[in-house]
Amino acid sequence: MRRRNMLRGGLLLGALLLATLDLGSGVASLAQAADASVNIDNFTFTPATITVAPGTKITWNNRDDIPHTVTDAADPRAFKSQPLDTGDAFSFVFGTPGTYHYFCSLHPHMQGTVVVK
Amino acid sequence: MDDVYDHSAAQDTTGKEGNGMQRRGLLKCMVWAGTGVLWTVSGGVPRSQLIGTAEAATPTGELSFVQISDSHIGFANAPNTDTPGTLRDAIGIVAQQKGHAALLLHTGDVSQLSRTVQFDTAEQIIKGAGLETHYVPGEHDVLDEDGKGFFERFTKGGSKGYYSFDQQGVHFIGLNNVQNLKAGGLGNLGQEQLEWLEKDLHGRASSQPIVVFAHIPLWIVDKDWGWGTDDGAQALSYLKRFGSVTVLNGHIHQIMQKVEGNVAFHTALSTAFPQPAPGTAPSPGPIKDLPPGKLRSVLGVTSVKQVRGNAQLAIVDTTLAA
Repeated sequence: MRRRNMLRGGLLLGALLLATLDLGSGVASLAQAADASVNIDNFTFTPATITVAPGTKITWNNRDDIPHTVTDAADPRAFKSQPLDTGDAFSFVFGTPGTYHYFCSLHPHMQGTVVVK
Repeated sequence: MDDVYDHSAAQDTTGKEGNGMQRRGLLKCMVWAGTGVLWTVSGGVPRSQLIGTAEAATPTGELSFVQISDSHIGFANAPNTDTPGTLRDAIGIVAQQKGHAALLLHTGDVSQLSRTVQFDTAEQIIKGAGLETHYVPGEHDVLDEDGKGFFERFTKGGSKGYYSFDQQGVHFIGLNNVQNLKAGGLGNLGQEQLEWLEKDLHGRASSQPIVVFAHIPLWIVDKDWGWGTDDGAQALSYLKRFGSVTVLNGHIHQIMQKVEGNVAFHTALSTAFPQPAPGTAPSPGPIKDLPPGKLRSVLGVTSVKQVRGNAQLAIVDTTLAA
């Protein structure tokens, strides 16, 4: 439950940021910061490092036959997905600039980085 | 078929090329035989012989038990869309061949996604073996509420998934190395469990045979694929003084074994799907492109016998095609 609330909080924060961007600089920048995606194939996050603008929603798509998670390596965690079965996706809006190292909590050799700037 | 196992492969199963080939050769050989192979390990040299001749040479009345692993109930993709069916086959073999087996071990990944219905299905099928069953969790079994559902149902003796018990003079230790994994790391026991283990072994006679069972291999099989346990060496250091230690794992869905001093390591086949040898595929995911009709020849069960007078236990792997 806690995780879900946190996720909802993250999305809400992202939505507010997007709304602010929309008011401040128009629709074009909203579209620019809207979406990015990371695929999971063969126990690998691709791209391994992704750089996005603040307010970007990143969606991870699990295309493996094995469940994976997307888990912030920091303590406390800013984000952690539910286990993603084949075809499941997880999205998180990165509102705060910074470097986020994450991994799969089931297969911790799987690692990736999100740079928000 | 005697002595098909190459000693150098037994000592180094982490090699990515030469030894991998030897291991594949071995597995193929077992498939051709269409039956189990008995492993007896004496003085660090594993020897194999066909199950029929081996059984004739094995004294009766000693402790024997069976291991199954990685049933992944809920997985329904290539190469196996019927994991309950293959688990049922495995349990059929166990029921048929159990003889005087005292118990059954399941070394984790009972389920694919920790769902109650998956646990229910597995438990019902496994009951068919008619053996008291001891479980340890795989990483697939602890996805909800930090594993509470699994521990309440399957590890009643240990609320955190680790526990020990004695059976006919042999000390069994079930470990949980699938939780609180660290980014970039391997399997993990953690300080609390290590302290428990040290205490559990304290004061035991070093002549007592020890069987350790856990999901992820306690030894480093392949770092790049995460096949090993970060603090496994620490756990094994507590076991050094014992004359007979057998470490049984799952997770990698293939047979690998090695011997170090008095410790014999062995990993079991899955009852659900095979995984590739380290370094032979882009990822450790399921081998999907099996030739038709070959699935059951790469799934199986493991039987273990304590042969009085031998330092190591005798381990027999039987495929579902046998």
